[in-house]
Amino acid sequence: MNPRQDPVRPGPASPITVIVDGSAVRGLAGQTVAGVLLAAGRLAWRTTRSGRPRGVFCGIGVCHDCLVTVNGLADVRACQRRAADGDTVSTEDEA
Amino acid sequence: MSAETPDVLVVGAGPAGLAAADAARRAGARVVLLDAAGDAGGQYWRHLPASRPAAAERVLHHGWDRFAALRGQEVLTDAQVWLAERHDDRPPTLHVLVGPADGSDRVRRTFAPTTLVLATGAYERTLPFPGWDLPGVFTAGAAQALAKAERIAVGRRVVVAGAGPFLLPVAASLVRTGAQVLGVLEANGWRRLARAWSARPAELLSTRHKAGELAGYVRDLARHRIPYRTGTAVVAAHGTDRVTSVTVARLDADWAPVMGSERRVPADAVCVSHGFVPRTELAVSAGCRLTRDGGVRTDENGLTSVPGVYAAGEITGIGGADLALAEGVVAGLAAAAAADPAGGGISAGQRRDRTVNQRFAARLEAAHGIRPGWVGWLADDTVICRCEEVTAGDLRAGAAATGSRGLRSLKLSTRAGLGVCQGRVCGRTVEDLLNRHTGGLLDAGRTETRPLAAFVRLGELAAGADKEEPA
Ligand SMILES: Cc1cc2nc3c(=O)[nH]c(=O)nc-3n(C[C@H](O)[C@H](O)[C@H](O)COP(=O)(O)OP(=O)(O)OC[C@H]3O[C@@H](n4cnc5c(N)ncnc54)[C@H](O)[C@@H]3O)c2cc1C
Repeated sequence: MNPRQDPVRPGPASPITVIVDGSAVRGLAGQTVAGVLLAAGRLAWRTTRSGRPRGVFCGIGVCHDCLVTVNGLADVRACQRRAADGDTVSTEDEA
Repeated sequence: MSAETPDVLVVGAGPAGLAAADAARRAGARVVLLDAAGDAGGQYWRHLPASRPAAAERVLHHGWDRFAALRGQEVLTDAQVWLAERHDDRPPTLHVLVGPADGSDRVRRTFAPTTLVLATGAYERTLPFPGWDLPGVFTAGAAQALAKAERIAVGRRVVVAGAGPFLLPVAASLVRTGAQVLGVLEANGWRRLARAWSARPAELLSTRHKAGELAGYVRDLARHRIPYRTGTAVVAAHGTDRVTSVTVARLDADWAPVMGSERRVPADAVCVSHGFVPRTELAVSAGCRLTRDGGVRTDENGLTSVPGVYAAGEITGIGGADLALAEGVVAGLAAAAAADPAGGGISAGQRRDRTVNQRFAARLEAAHGIRPGWVGWLADDTVICRCEEVTAGDLRAGAAATGSRGLRSLKLSTRAGLGVCQGRVCGRTVEDLLNRHTGGLLDAGRTETRPLAAFVRLGELAAGADKEEPA
Protein backbone atom coordinates (compact mmCIF):
# COMPACT_ATOMS: atom_id res chain seq x y z
CA MET A 1 0.00 0.00 0.00
CA ASN A 2 0.99 3.64 -0.27
CA PRO A 3 3.72 4.04 2.38
CA ARG A 4 2.52 7.52 3.30
CA GLN A 5 -0.86 6.18 4.42
CA ASP A 6 0.50 2.97 5.89
CA PRO A 7 -0.26 2.66 9.63
CA VAL A 8 2.79 0.39 10.00
CA ARG A 9 5.01 3.27 8.78
CA PRO A 10 7.58 1.31 6.76
CA GLY A 11 11.02 2.85 6.43
CA PRO A 12 12.39 3.95 3.07
CA ALA A 13 13.06 1.02 0.77
CA SER A 14 15.69 0.76 -1.93
CA PRO A 15 14.20 0.14 -5.34
CA ILE A 16 15.24 -2.92 -7.34
CA THR A 17 14.58 -3.89 -10.92
CA VAL A 18 13.70 -7.41 -11.97
CA ILE A 19 13.40 -8.54 -15.57
CA VAL A 20 10.15 -10.47 -15.91
CA ASP A 21 9.69 -12.24 -19.26
CA GLY A 22 11.92 -9.62 -20.86
CA SER A 23 10.34 -6.50 -19.33
CA ALA A 24 11.72 -4.45 -16.47
CA VAL A 25 9.54 -4.54 -13.34
CA ARG A 26 10.24 -2.32 -10.34
CA GLY A 27 10.18 -3.72 -6.86
CA LEU A 28 11.55 -3.04 -3.39
CA ALA A 29 14.55 -4.68 -1.76
CA GLY A 30 13.35 -7.40 0.61
CA GLN A 31 10.25 -8.30 -1.41
CA THR A 32 9.72 -11.82 -2.62
CA VAL A 33 9.44 -12.52 -6.34
CA ALA A 34 5.71 -13.12 -5.73
CA GLY A 35 5.47 -9.76 -3.96
CA VAL A 36 7.11 -7.97 -6.88
CA LEU A 37 4.74 -9.65 -9.35
CA LEU A 38 1.60 -8.99 -7.28
CA ALA A 39 2.59 -5.37 -6.64
CA ALA A 40 3.03 -4.97 -10.40
CA GLY A 41 -0.56 -6.11 -10.87
CA ARG A 42 0.09 -9.70 -11.96
CA LEU A 43 -2.17 -12.18 -10.21
CA ALA A 44 -1.28 -15.32 -12.20
CA TRP A 45 1.93 -16.43 -13.90
CA ARG A 46 1.96 -20.16 -14.21
CA THR A 47 -0.17 -22.44 -16.38
CA THR A 48 -1.16 -25.93 -15.31
CA ARG A 49 -0.96 -28.93 -17.61
CA SER A 50 -4.62 -28.43 -18.51
CA GLY A 51 -3.99 -24.75 -19.28
CA ARG A 52 -5.40 -23.13 -16.13
CA PRO A 53 -3.75 -20.00 -14.72
CA ARG A 54 -2.15 -20.05 -11.26
CA GLY A 55 -0.37 -17.59 -8.99
CA VAL A 56 0.02 -17.43 -5.22
CA PHE A 57 -2.22 -19.70 -3.19
CA CYS A 58 -0.69 -20.69 0.17
CA GLY A 59 1.93 -17.94 0.39
CA ILE A 60 4.21 -19.97 2.67
CA GLY A 61 6.00 -22.33 0.31
CA VAL A 62 3.76 -25.35 0.72
CA CYS A 63 1.53 -25.54 -2.38
CA HIS A 64 4.08 -24.92 -5.19
CA ASP A 65 1.42 -23.12 -7.26
CA CYS A 66 3.62 -20.04 -7.72
CA LEU A 67 6.69 -21.67 -9.32
CA VAL A 68 8.84 -19.51 -11.59
CA THR A 69 12.23 -19.72 -13.28
CA VAL A 70 14.83 -17.40 -11.70
CA ASN A 71 18.11 -16.70 -13.49
CA GLY A 72 17.58 -19.81 -15.59
CA LEU A 73 16.83 -22.09 -12.67
CA ALA A 74 13.35 -23.63 -12.86
CA ASP A 75 10.95 -24.52 -10.03
CA VAL A 76 11.67 -21.67 -7.66
CA ARG A 77 8.79 -20.85 -5.27
CA ALA A 78 8.10 -17.19 -5.96
CA CYS A 79 6.57 -16.68 -2.51
CA GLN A 80 9.73 -17.90 -0.74
CA ARG A 81 12.47 -16.41 -2.91
CA ARG A 82 13.54 -12.87 -2.15
CA ALA A 83 14.01 -10.89 -5.34
CA ALA A 84 17.48 -9.49 -5.98
CA ASP A 85 18.24 -6.48 -8.13
CA GLY A 86 18.82 -7.66 -11.71
CA ASP A 87 17.18 -11.07 -11.29
CA THR A 88 15.73 -12.51 -14.48
CA VAL A 89 12.36 -14.11 -13.88
CA SER A 90 10.69 -16.20 -16.49
CA THR A 91 7.12 -17.35 -16.09
CA GLU A 92 6.82 -19.29 -19.32
CA ASP A 93 7.35 -22.97 -18.78
CA GLU A 94 10.58 -24.07 -20.34
CA ALA A 95 10.20 -27.35 -22.14
CA MET B 1 31.46 -34.54 6.13
CA SER B 2 32.11 -33.34 9.63
CA ALA B 3 29.00 -32.43 11.58
CA GLU B 4 28.54 -29.54 13.97
CA THR B 5 27.63 -30.67 17.46
CA PRO B 6 25.60 -28.14 19.47
CA ASP B 7 24.05 -29.23 22.78
CA VAL B 8 20.61 -28.29 21.46
CA LEU B 9 19.53 -27.74 17.86
CA VAL B 10 16.19 -26.00 17.39
CA VAL B 11 14.46 -26.19 13.99
CA GLY B 12 11.96 -23.39 13.37
CA ALA B 13 12.20 -19.82 14.67
CA GLY B 14 8.50 -19.17 15.19
CA PRO B 15 7.11 -18.54 18.69
CA ALA B 16 7.80 -22.14 19.83
CA GLY B 17 11.36 -22.38 18.48
CA LEU B 18 12.34 -18.89 19.65
CA ALA B 19 11.08 -19.64 23.16
CA ALA B 20 12.77 -23.07 23.22
CA ALA B 21 16.14 -21.74 22.07
CA ASP B 22 15.97 -18.82 24.49
CA ALA B 23 15.11 -21.07 27.44
CA ALA B 24 17.86 -23.56 26.54
CA ARG B 25 20.43 -20.77 26.21
CA ARG B 26 19.45 -19.35 29.60
CA ALA B 27 19.98 -22.81 31.05
CA GLY B 28 23.55 -22.65 29.75
CA ALA B 29 23.28 -24.86 26.67
CA ARG B 30 25.15 -24.24 23.42
CA VAL B 31 22.25 -23.74 21.01
CA VAL B 32 21.83 -23.45 17.27
CA LEU B 33 18.45 -22.07 16.14
CA LEU B 34 17.67 -22.21 12.44
CA ASP B 35 14.80 -21.46 10.08
CA ALA B 36 14.14 -21.86 6.37
CA ALA B 37 12.68 -18.36 6.18
CA GLY B 38 14.71 -15.19 5.68
CA ASP B 39 13.70 -13.79 9.08
CA ALA B 40 12.86 -15.05 12.54
CA GLY B 41 9.27 -14.85 13.82
CA GLY B 42 7.53 -17.79 12.16
CA GLN B 43 4.00 -17.33 10.90
CA TYR B 44 2.80 -15.34 13.88
CA TRP B 45 5.45 -12.62 13.98
CA ARG B 46 6.02 -12.26 10.26
CA HIS B 47 7.13 -8.70 9.59
CA LEU B 48 8.71 -6.35 7.06
CA PRO B 49 12.33 -7.28 6.23
CA ALA B 50 15.37 -5.57 7.75
CA SER B 51 15.87 -3.72 4.46
CA ARG B 52 12.58 -1.91 5.09
CA PRO B 53 12.04 -1.77 8.86
CA ALA B 54 8.68 -0.44 10.04
CA ALA B 55 8.35 2.25 12.69
CA ALA B 56 5.01 0.89 13.94
CA GLU B 57 5.26 -2.84 13.28
CA ARG B 58 3.24 -3.61 16.41
CA VAL B 59 0.08 -2.27 14.72
CA LEU B 60 -0.22 -5.69 13.05
CA HIS B 61 0.91 -7.81 15.99
CA HIS B 62 0.14 -9.10 19.43
CA GLY B 63 2.95 -9.78 21.87
CA TRP B 64 5.44 -7.77 19.84
CA ASP B 65 7.43 -6.96 23.00
CA ARG B 66 7.90 -10.65 23.66
CA PHE B 67 9.19 -11.05 20.12
CA ALA B 68 11.46 -8.05 20.47
CA ALA B 69 13.03 -9.74 23.50
CA LEU B 70 13.33 -13.16 21.83
CA ARG B 71 14.63 -12.03 18.45
CA GLY B 72 17.90 -10.75 19.93
CA GLN B 73 19.33 -14.27 19.90
CA GLU B 74 21.37 -15.63 17.02
CA VAL B 75 19.26 -17.25 14.31
CA LEU B 76 20.58 -19.06 11.25
CA THR B 77 18.09 -17.95 8.57
CA ASP B 78 17.57 -19.18 4.99
CA ALA B 79 18.47 -22.59 6.38
CA GLN B 80 16.33 -25.42 5.04
CA VAL B 81 16.52 -28.78 6.78
CA TRP B 82 16.01 -31.30 4.02
CA LEU B 83 17.00 -34.62 5.52
CA ALA B 84 16.99 -36.35 8.89
CA GLU B 85 19.36 -39.29 9.06
CA ARG B 86 18.12 -41.60 11.81
CA HIS B 87 20.12 -43.26 14.57
CA ASP B 88 18.77 -45.74 17.08
CA ASP B 89 19.86 -44.21 20.35
CA ARG B 90 20.19 -40.48 19.74
CA PRO B 91 18.68 -37.67 17.69
CA PRO B 92 19.04 -37.82 13.93
CA THR B 93 21.77 -36.02 12.05
CA LEU B 94 20.17 -33.12 10.19
CA HIS B 95 21.28 -32.00 6.75
CA VAL B 96 20.76 -28.33 6.01
CA LEU B 97 21.07 -26.15 2.90
CA VAL B 98 21.81 -22.47 3.60
CA GLY B 99 21.12 -19.81 0.98
CA PRO B 100 18.37 -18.26 -1.19
CA ALA B 101 15.17 -20.37 -1.26
CA ASP B 102 15.26 -23.09 -3.92
CA GLY B 103 18.66 -21.87 -5.09
CA SER B 104 21.20 -24.08 -6.81
CA ASP B 105 24.40 -23.38 -4.94
CA ARG B 106 23.54 -23.21 -1.28
CA VAL B 107 26.02 -24.09 1.44
CA ARG B 108 25.63 -27.54 2.99
CA ARG B 109 25.81 -27.88 6.76
CA THR B 110 25.31 -30.91 8.94
CA PHE B 111 24.28 -31.00 12.59
CA ALA B 112 24.58 -33.89 15.04
CA PRO B 113 23.13 -32.28 18.18
CA THR B 114 22.98 -33.87 21.62
CA THR B 115 19.28 -33.01 21.74
CA LEU B 116 16.93 -31.70 19.08
CA VAL B 117 13.82 -29.51 19.36
CA LEU B 118 11.47 -29.60 16.37
CA ALA B 119 9.28 -26.49 16.10
CA THR B 120 8.25 -26.52 12.45
CA GLY B 121 4.73 -25.19 13.06
CA ALA B 122 1.72 -25.80 10.86
CA TYR B 123 0.26 -24.95 7.49
CA GLU B 124 -3.30 -24.25 6.52
CA ARG B 125 -6.07 -26.64 5.75
CA THR B 126 -8.30 -25.28 3.01
CA LEU B 127 -11.39 -27.20 1.93
CA PRO B 128 -11.95 -27.22 -1.83
CA PHE B 129 -14.95 -25.55 -3.47
CA PRO B 130 -15.84 -24.88 -7.12
CA GLY B 131 -13.45 -22.24 -8.45
CA TRP B 132 -10.95 -22.41 -5.56
CA ASP B 133 -8.17 -22.92 -8.10
CA LEU B 134 -8.83 -19.53 -9.74
CA PRO B 135 -6.22 -16.79 -9.27
CA GLY B 136 -7.60 -14.46 -6.61
CA VAL B 137 -8.44 -17.30 -4.24
CA PHE B 138 -5.81 -17.35 -1.50
CA THR B 139 -5.41 -19.10 1.77
CA ALA B 140 -6.07 -16.68 4.60
CA GLY B 141 -2.46 -17.27 5.66
CA ALA B 142 -1.19 -16.10 2.26
CA ALA B 143 -3.16 -12.87 2.65
CA GLN B 144 -1.73 -12.50 6.14
CA ALA B 145 1.84 -13.20 5.03
CA LEU B 146 1.67 -10.75 2.12
CA ALA B 147 0.13 -8.07 4.31
CA LYS B 148 2.62 -8.48 7.14
CA ALA B 149 5.85 -9.07 5.23
CA GLU B 150 5.26 -7.05 2.07
CA ARG B 151 2.40 -4.63 2.83
CA ILE B 152 0.50 -6.01 -0.15
CA ALA B 153 -3.28 -6.48 -0.05
CA VAL B 154 -4.35 -9.50 -2.08
CA GLY B 155 -7.35 -7.62 -3.49
CA ARG B 156 -9.44 -4.48 -3.31
CA ARG B 157 -12.77 -6.05 -2.41
CA VAL B 158 -12.04 -9.13 -0.34
CA VAL B 159 -14.16 -11.82 1.30
CA VAL B 160 -12.61 -13.70 4.24
CA ALA B 161 -14.20 -17.10 4.85
CA GLY B 162 -13.76 -20.45 6.54
CA ALA B 163 -13.67 -21.38 10.21
CA GLY B 164 -11.81 -20.33 13.30
CA PRO B 165 -10.59 -17.22 15.10
CA PHE B 166 -7.71 -16.86 12.63
CA LEU B 167 -10.13 -15.20 10.18
CA LEU B 168 -10.27 -12.17 12.50
CA PRO B 169 -6.59 -11.10 12.48
CA VAL B 170 -6.54 -11.69 8.72
CA ALA B 171 -9.43 -9.25 8.24
CA ALA B 172 -7.71 -6.77 10.57
CA SER B 173 -4.46 -6.94 8.55
CA LEU B 174 -6.27 -6.62 5.23
CA VAL B 175 -8.04 -3.46 6.37
CA ARG B 176 -4.71 -2.01 7.52
CA THR B 177 -3.21 -2.81 4.13
CA GLY B 178 -5.81 -0.82 2.25
CA ALA B 179 -8.30 -3.53 1.27
CA GLN B 180 -12.04 -3.34 1.72
CA VAL B 181 -13.18 -6.44 3.60
CA LEU B 182 -16.71 -7.27 2.48
CA GLY B 183 -17.33 -9.71 5.29
CA VAL B 184 -15.88 -12.39 7.53
CA LEU B 185 -17.82 -15.62 7.09
CA GLU B 186 -17.55 -18.28 9.80
CA ALA B 187 -18.94 -21.69 8.85
CA ASN B 188 -20.10 -22.53 12.35
CA GLY B 189 -23.36 -21.22 13.73
CA TRP B 190 -23.73 -19.17 16.91
CA ARG B 191 -25.10 -22.15 18.77
CA ARG B 192 -21.91 -24.20 18.42
CA LEU B 193 -19.65 -21.22 18.96
CA ALA B 194 -21.52 -20.13 22.07
CA ARG B 195 -21.57 -23.63 23.53
CA ALA B 196 -17.83 -24.09 23.11
CA TRP B 197 -16.77 -20.59 24.14
CA SER B 198 -19.09 -20.25 27.15
CA ALA B 199 -18.35 -23.66 28.68
CA ARG B 200 -16.22 -23.62 31.86
CA PRO B 201 -15.85 -19.82 32.09
CA ALA B 202 -13.41 -20.09 35.00
CA GLU B 203 -10.97 -21.87 32.73
CA LEU B 204 -11.21 -19.11 30.13
CA LEU B 205 -10.19 -16.59 32.78
CA SER B 206 -6.69 -18.03 32.94
CA THR B 207 -6.30 -17.41 29.22
CA ARG B 208 -8.09 -14.07 29.38
CA HIS B 209 -5.24 -12.41 27.56
CA LYS B 210 -6.05 -14.64 24.56
CA ALA B 211 -9.80 -14.08 24.94
CA GLY B 212 -9.11 -10.35 25.11
CA GLU B 213 -7.13 -10.53 21.87
CA LEU B 214 -10.18 -12.08 20.17
CA ALA B 215 -12.60 -9.57 21.67
CA GLY B 216 -10.35 -6.81 20.38
CA TYR B 217 -10.64 -8.17 16.85
CA VAL B 218 -14.43 -8.35 17.12
CA ARG B 219 -14.53 -4.68 18.15
CA ASP B 220 -12.20 -3.91 15.27
CA LEU B 221 -14.62 -5.48 12.77
CA ALA B 222 -17.45 -3.38 14.19
CA ARG B 223 -15.37 -0.21 13.98
CA HIS B 224 -14.65 -0.87 10.31
CA ARG B 225 -18.28 -1.93 9.69
CA ILE B 226 -17.21 -5.36 8.51
CA PRO B 227 -20.05 -7.87 8.88
CA TYR B 228 -19.19 -11.08 10.78
CA ARG B 229 -21.60 -13.79 9.61
CA THR B 230 -21.85 -17.16 11.28
CA GLY B 231 -23.24 -20.31 9.68
CA THR B 232 -22.14 -18.93 6.31
CA ALA B 233 -19.54 -19.90 3.70
CA VAL B 234 -18.16 -19.11 0.28
CA VAL B 235 -19.39 -22.15 -1.68
CA ALA B 236 -18.06 -21.13 -5.12
CA ALA B 237 -15.75 -18.62 -6.78
CA HIS B 238 -16.47 -17.40 -10.30
CA GLY B 239 -14.47 -15.91 -13.15
CA THR B 240 -12.56 -17.07 -16.21
CA ASP B 241 -8.95 -16.13 -15.54
CA ARG B 242 -9.43 -14.67 -12.08
CA VAL B 243 -12.06 -14.31 -9.39
CA THR B 244 -14.72 -11.71 -10.17
CA SER B 245 -17.46 -12.88 -7.78
CA VAL B 246 -18.26 -15.52 -5.19
CA THR B 247 -21.37 -17.41 -4.15
CA VAL B 248 -22.14 -17.12 -0.46
CA ALA B 249 -24.57 -19.57 1.17
CA ARG B 250 -25.93 -20.32 4.61
CA LEU B 251 -24.80 -23.59 6.20
CA ASP B 252 -26.63 -25.90 8.58
CA ALA B 253 -25.02 -27.09 11.80
CA ASP B 254 -23.14 -29.79 9.85
CA TRP B 255 -21.85 -27.29 7.31
CA ALA B 256 -24.18 -28.50 4.54
CA PRO B 257 -25.21 -25.57 2.33
CA VAL B 258 -28.86 -24.56 2.75
CA MET B 259 -30.63 -24.79 -0.60
CA GLY B 260 -31.97 -21.49 -1.88
CA SER B 261 -29.80 -19.39 0.44
CA GLU B 262 -27.12 -18.69 -2.19
CA ARG B 263 -26.29 -15.17 -3.27
CA ARG B 264 -23.67 -13.75 -5.63
CA VAL B 265 -21.23 -11.17 -4.28
CA PRO B 266 -18.81 -9.29 -6.57
CA ALA B 267 -15.26 -9.57 -5.17
CA ASP B 268 -11.73 -9.66 -6.57
CA ALA B 269 -10.21 -11.84 -3.87
CA VAL B 270 -11.26 -14.55 -1.42
CA CYS B 271 -9.17 -15.63 1.57
CA VAL B 272 -10.04 -19.03 2.95
CA SER B 273 -8.95 -21.03 5.98
CA HIS B 274 -10.57 -24.05 7.61
CA GLY B 275 -7.91 -24.71 10.21
CA PHE B 276 -4.30 -25.85 10.34
CA VAL B 277 -2.35 -29.07 9.89
CA PRO B 278 0.83 -29.75 11.90
CA ARG B 279 3.92 -29.67 9.71
CA THR B 280 5.33 -33.06 10.64
CA GLU B 281 7.41 -34.26 7.68
CA LEU B 282 10.70 -33.69 9.44
CA ALA B 283 9.46 -35.27 12.68
CA VAL B 284 8.16 -38.29 10.77
CA SER B 285 11.44 -38.75 8.97
CA ALA B 286 13.17 -38.48 12.37
CA GLY B 287 10.99 -41.41 13.46
CA CYS B 288 8.63 -39.53 15.82
CA ARG B 289 5.21 -41.06 16.43
CA LEU B 290 2.10 -39.02 15.77
CA THR B 291 -1.17 -38.63 17.67
CA ARG B 292 -4.53 -39.51 16.11
CA ASP B 293 -4.97 -35.85 15.18
CA GLY B 294 -1.76 -35.92 13.18
CA GLY B 295 0.44 -33.90 15.55
CA VAL B 296 3.72 -35.15 17.01
CA ARG B 297 3.11 -37.11 20.20
CA THR B 298 4.99 -35.70 23.21
CA ASP B 299 5.09 -36.20 26.97
CA GLU B 300 4.70 -33.37 29.49
CA ASN B 301 8.28 -32.24 28.79
CA GLY B 302 7.77 -32.13 25.05
CA LEU B 303 9.83 -35.33 24.56
CA THR B 304 8.79 -37.30 21.46
CA SER B 305 8.96 -41.07 21.00
CA VAL B 306 12.59 -40.71 19.80
CA PRO B 307 15.28 -40.36 22.50
CA GLY B 308 16.66 -36.82 22.65
CA VAL B 309 14.09 -35.39 20.23
CA TYR B 310 11.63 -32.81 21.58
CA ALA B 311 8.76 -31.03 19.82
CA ALA B 312 6.97 -27.78 20.64
CA GLY B 313 4.34 -25.54 19.10
CA GLU B 314 1.83 -26.34 16.42
CA ILE B 315 3.83 -29.34 15.19
CA THR B 316 2.31 -31.08 18.23
CA GLY B 317 -1.25 -29.87 17.63
CA ILE B 318 -3.02 -26.64 16.78
CA GLY B 319 -3.31 -24.22 19.68
CA GLY B 320 -2.09 -20.78 18.71
CA ALA B 321 0.98 -18.74 19.53
CA ASP B 322 0.56 -18.56 23.32
CA LEU B 323 0.56 -22.34 23.60
CA ALA B 324 3.49 -22.51 21.18
CA LEU B 325 5.46 -20.15 23.44
CA ALA B 326 4.58 -22.10 26.59
CA GLU B 327 5.49 -25.42 24.99
CA GLY B 328 8.69 -23.94 23.64
CA VAL B 329 9.87 -22.88 27.10
CA VAL B 330 9.24 -26.33 28.57
CA ALA B 331 10.78 -28.25 25.65
CA GLY B 332 13.80 -25.93 25.54
CA LEU B 333 14.50 -26.39 29.24
CA ALA B 334 13.96 -30.14 29.04
CA ALA B 335 16.24 -30.43 26.00
CA ALA B 336 18.94 -28.37 27.72
CA ALA B 337 18.67 -30.48 30.88
CA ALA B 338 18.89 -33.71 28.90
CA ALA B 339 21.98 -32.44 27.09
CA ASP B 340 23.59 -31.31 30.34
CA PRO B 341 21.91 -32.59 33.53
CA ALA B 342 23.76 -29.96 35.61
CA GLY B 343 21.45 -27.24 34.26
CA GLY B 344 18.20 -25.98 35.82
CA GLY B 345 14.74 -27.53 35.82
CA ILE B 346 11.25 -26.59 34.74
CA SER B 347 9.18 -24.56 37.20
CA ALA B 348 5.61 -25.34 38.20
CA GLY B 349 4.48 -22.06 36.68
CA GLN B 350 6.05 -22.90 33.33
CA ARG B 351 4.25 -26.25 33.34
CA ARG B 352 0.93 -24.66 34.31
CA ASP B 353 1.23 -22.15 31.49
CA ARG B 354 1.49 -25.05 29.07
CA THR B 355 -1.54 -26.93 30.48
CA VAL B 356 -3.80 -23.88 30.63
CA ASN B 357 -3.10 -23.05 27.00
CA GLN B 358 -3.68 -26.66 25.95
CA ARG B 359 -7.25 -26.43 27.27
CA PHE B 360 -7.73 -23.32 25.20
CA ALA B 361 -6.72 -25.34 22.13
CA ALA B 362 -9.32 -28.01 22.91
CA ARG B 363 -11.95 -25.27 23.06
CA LEU B 364 -10.87 -24.03 19.63
CA GLU B 365 -11.38 -27.45 18.09
CA ALA B 366 -14.78 -27.83 19.78
CA ALA B 367 -15.93 -24.48 18.42
CA HIS B 368 -14.44 -24.47 14.95
CA GLY B 369 -13.50 -28.01 13.82
CA ILE B 370 -14.52 -29.11 10.31
CA ARG B 371 -18.00 -30.70 9.98
CA PRO B 372 -18.80 -33.30 7.30
CA GLY B 373 -21.61 -31.46 5.45
CA TRP B 374 -19.14 -29.36 3.46
CA VAL B 375 -18.99 -31.99 0.70
CA GLY B 376 -22.45 -30.68 -0.24
CA TRP B 377 -20.86 -27.71 -1.99
CA LEU B 378 -18.61 -29.83 -4.22
CA ALA B 379 -19.51 -30.36 -7.88
CA ASP B 380 -18.22 -33.29 -9.94
CA ASP B 381 -15.78 -31.05 -11.79
CA THR B 382 -14.44 -29.35 -8.63
CA VAL B 383 -10.66 -29.74 -8.48
CA ILE B 384 -9.59 -31.55 -5.29
CA CYS B 385 -5.88 -32.11 -5.93
CA ARG B 386 -4.59 -28.81 -7.28
CA CYS B 387 -1.24 -30.18 -8.49
CA GLU B 388 -2.54 -33.10 -10.54
CA GLU B 389 -5.93 -31.46 -11.23
CA VAL B 390 -7.90 -34.46 -9.98
CA THR B 391 -11.60 -33.65 -9.56
CA ALA B 392 -14.20 -34.80 -7.06
CA GLY B 393 -15.78 -36.84 -9.88
CA ASP B 394 -12.42 -38.50 -10.68
CA LEU B 395 -12.07 -39.60 -7.07
CA ARG B 396 -15.58 -41.06 -6.92
CA ALA B 397 -15.16 -42.80 -10.29
CA GLY B 398 -11.74 -44.12 -9.28
CA ALA B 399 -13.11 -45.69 -6.14
CA ALA B 400 -16.11 -47.18 -7.97
CA ALA B 401 -14.10 -48.53 -10.90
CA THR B 402 -11.41 -50.31 -8.91
CA GLY B 403 -13.52 -51.37 -5.94
CA SER B 404 -10.34 -50.82 -3.96
CA ARG B 405 -10.45 -49.72 -0.34
CA GLY B 406 -6.75 -48.97 -0.18
CA LEU B 407 -5.71 -45.34 0.18
CA ARG B 408 -2.31 -46.00 -1.34
CA SER B 409 -3.62 -47.84 -4.37
CA LEU B 410 -6.43 -45.31 -4.95
CA LYS B 411 -3.96 -42.46 -4.81
CA LEU B 412 -1.78 -44.23 -7.34
CA SER B 413 -4.69 -44.89 -9.71
CA THR B 414 -6.24 -41.41 -9.44
CA ARG B 415 -2.94 -39.47 -8.95
CA ALA B 416 -4.63 -37.44 -6.20
CA GLY B 417 -2.11 -36.16 -3.68
CA LEU B 418 0.88 -37.28 -5.74
CA GLY B 419 1.83 -33.90 -7.23
CA VAL B 420 4.64 -31.54 -6.44
CA CYS B 421 3.18 -30.41 -3.08
CA GLN B 422 3.14 -34.08 -2.06
CA GLY B 423 -0.42 -33.92 -0.82
CA ARG B 424 0.23 -31.19 1.72
CA VAL B 425 -2.71 -29.17 0.41
CA CYS B 426 -5.23 -31.92 -0.39
CA GLY B 427 -4.00 -34.97 1.56
CA ARG B 428 -6.54 -34.93 4.35
CA THR B 429 -9.37 -33.98 1.99
CA VAL B 430 -8.54 -36.80 -0.42
CA GLU B 431 -8.49 -39.21 2.50
CA ASP B 432 -11.83 -37.94 3.83
CA LEU B 433 -13.51 -38.19 0.43
CA LEU B 434 -12.13 -41.66 -0.35
CA ASN B 435 -13.15 -42.82 3.08
CA ARG B 436 -16.75 -41.97 2.17
CA HIS B 437 -16.64 -43.40 -1.34
CA THR B 438 -15.15 -46.71 -0.23
CA GLY B 439 -17.23 -47.09 2.91
CA GLY B 440 -14.04 -46.96 4.95
CA LEU B 441 -10.40 -47.12 3.87
CA LEU B 442 -8.39 -50.13 5.01
CA ASP B 443 -5.15 -48.20 5.36
CA ALA B 444 -6.64 -44.95 6.63
CA GLY B 445 -4.19 -42.89 8.58
CA ARG B 446 -2.47 -39.70 7.89
CA THR B 447 -0.76 -39.20 4.61
CA GLU B 448 2.18 -37.55 6.34
CA THR B 449 4.85 -40.12 5.56
CA ARG B 450 6.96 -38.27 3.05
CA PRO B 451 10.62 -39.20 2.99
CA LEU B 452 12.13 -35.77 2.34
CA ALA B 453 11.48 -32.87 4.65
CA ALA B 454 11.81 -30.47 1.74
CA PHE B 455 12.09 -30.19 -1.98
CA VAL B 456 15.77 -30.35 -3.05
CA ARG B 457 17.67 -30.36 -6.30
CA LEU B 458 19.67 -33.48 -6.92
CA GLY B 459 22.22 -31.46 -8.88
CA GLU B 460 22.76 -29.24 -5.87
CA LEU B 461 23.49 -32.24 -3.68
CA ALA B 462 25.90 -33.73 -6.17
CA ALA B 463 27.73 -30.43 -6.60
CA GLY B 464 27.49 -29.54 -2.93
CA ALA B 465 30.34 -31.72 -1.75
CA ASP B 466 32.89 -28.96 -2.34
CA LYS B 467 30.63 -26.28 -0.83
CA GLU B 468 30.58 -27.53 2.69
CA GLU B 469 31.14 -25.02 5.39
CA PRO B 470 34.21 -25.93 7.43
CA ALA B 471 32.85 -26.93 10.83
C1 LIG C 1 0.44 -18.62 6.87
C2 LIG C 1 0.07 -18.58 8.33
C3 LIG C 1 -0.16 -17.35 8.95
C4 LIG C 1 -0.51 -17.30 10.31
N1 LIG C 1 -0.74 -16.07 10.88
C5 LIG C 1 -1.22 -16.01 12.16
C6 LIG C 1 -1.59 -14.76 12.75
O1 LIG C 1 -1.47 -13.72 12.11
N2 LIG C 1 -2.12 -14.76 13.99
C7 LIG C 1 -2.29 -15.92 14.70
O2 LIG C 1 -2.78 -15.88 15.83
N3 LIG C 1 -1.90 -17.11 14.19
C8 LIG C 1 -1.40 -17.19 12.94
N4 LIG C 1 -1.08 -18.41 12.38
C9 LIG C 1 -1.16 -19.59 13.22
C10 LIG C 1 0.28 -19.94 13.65
O3 LIG C 1 0.57 -21.20 13.11
C11 LIG C 1 0.56 -19.93 15.16
O4 LIG C 1 -0.09 -18.92 15.82
C12 LIG C 1 2.06 -19.81 15.51
O5 LIG C 1 2.80 -19.13 14.54
C13 LIG C 1 2.60 -21.19 15.74
O6 LIG C 1 3.92 -21.08 16.19
P1 LIG C 1 4.99 -22.21 15.94
O7 LIG C 1 6.24 -21.72 16.55
O8 LIG C 1 4.46 -23.52 16.39
O9 LIG C 1 5.14 -22.35 14.34
P2 LIG C 1 5.46 -21.28 13.18
O10 LIG C 1 5.23 -19.91 13.60
O11 LIG C 1 4.74 -21.81 11.99
O12 LIG C 1 7.03 -21.46 12.93
C14 LIG C 1 7.57 -22.61 12.33
C15 LIG C 1 8.85 -22.24 11.63
O13 LIG C 1 9.54 -23.44 11.24
C16 LIG C 1 10.18 -23.22 10.01
N5 LIG C 1 10.38 -24.51 9.34
C17 LIG C 1 9.43 -25.44 9.02
N6 LIG C 1 10.00 -26.49 8.42
C18 LIG C 1 11.33 -26.22 8.33
C19 LIG C 1 12.45 -26.94 7.81
N7 LIG C 1 12.32 -28.14 7.23
N8 LIG C 1 13.67 -26.36 7.88
C20 LIG C 1 13.82 -25.14 8.46
N9 LIG C 1 12.81 -24.43 8.98
C21 LIG C 1 11.57 -24.97 8.92
C22 LIG C 1 9.23 -22.31 9.25
O14 LIG C 1 9.93 -21.55 8.28
C23 LIG C 1 8.63 -21.44 10.36
O15 LIG C 1 9.26 -20.18 10.47
C24 LIG C 1 -0.68 -18.49 11.04
C25 LIG C 1 -0.42 -19.72 10.41
C26 LIG C 1 -0.06 -19.79 9.07
C27 LIG C 1 0.16 -21.12 8.43
